[in-house]
Amino acid sequence: MVRFADVHEGQELPPVVVERLTRTDLVRYAGASGDFNPIHHDEEFARAAGNPTVFAHGMLSAGFLARCITDFVGVGNLCRFKVRFATRVWPGDTITCSGRVTRKYEEAGERRIDGEVVARTQRGEVAVTGTFTARLPG
Amino acid sequence: MAEIDRARIGQWGPESTMRIELGKIREFARAVKDPNPIYFDEARCVAPPTFLMTMAHWIGDLGETRSAVKLDYRRLLHGEQEFEYRGPIRPGDVLTFRSRTKDVFEKTGKRGGTMLFVIGETEFRNQRGEVVAYLRNTVIETAGPVAG
Repeated sequence: MVRFADVHEGQELPPVVVERLTRTDLVRYAGASGDFNPIHHDEEFARAAGNPTVFAHGMLSAGFLARCITDFVGVGNLCRFKVRFATRVWPGDTITCSGRVTRKYEEAGERRIDGEVVARTQRGEVAVTGTFTARLPG
Repeated sequence: MAEIDRARIGQWGPESTMRIELGKIREFARAVKDPNPIYFDEARCVAPPTFLMTMAHWIGDLGETRSAVKLDYRRLLHGEQEFEYRGPIRPGDVLTFRSRTKDVFEKTGKRGGTMLFVIGETEFRNQRGEVVAYLRNTVIETAGPVAG
């Protein structure tokens, strides 16, 4: 976990890479989250809806982004996290999460940073973008 | 366009409660491929940032977050998801939560169709009555069917 004094605006967060998502990963997230929308695990259902195959829950990639942030700021120091879903992630995709600190400031007696994160596929497509606010120790 | 019941915007729905379990936190951490040892240390454990999604799905379609609108689910997109954290959520906590439709508004899309934005909000309080988190989601009813 970083300290406020050691952070600067523009600083990059260490990336998190999730290699080659499998259908089992999607099923595991469905079970853990309770989101059993069949479009994420039922091949026939996904195809009938016009997709080449099943695709990942947007919140799974958001979970990878959250890890990228908490690896940097520490679990429990996050004040706010907001994600926007851009494009779908397919089995076999490798997701790279990266981000940077956009603002460093003091507010409400706390030392805080704002930042932005992005999850990209190996094709370079943006899957999910996010912003966050965290409080940091001195 | 969806039917909107303006009187219900901002009205909280009924409360429910759920206990936060260590095993569920570990299962969730594994599913999002987060090996942080804090999730495996019972004394220090706090819930991962997106863990509250597990509650949302038990509430049943995010509970009352869409109570003010009748939406066509074939045209629905999950646009944004926001988490506001006010305090730690730990194993053993008993959370009480309630939901509401916070706002409904229309926008004209890039291709001219009207899109309906619905902002839902769920508030979580712990067993000491402290608000520990808000979940906010934006769903968008598009002008035409969504491919997937």
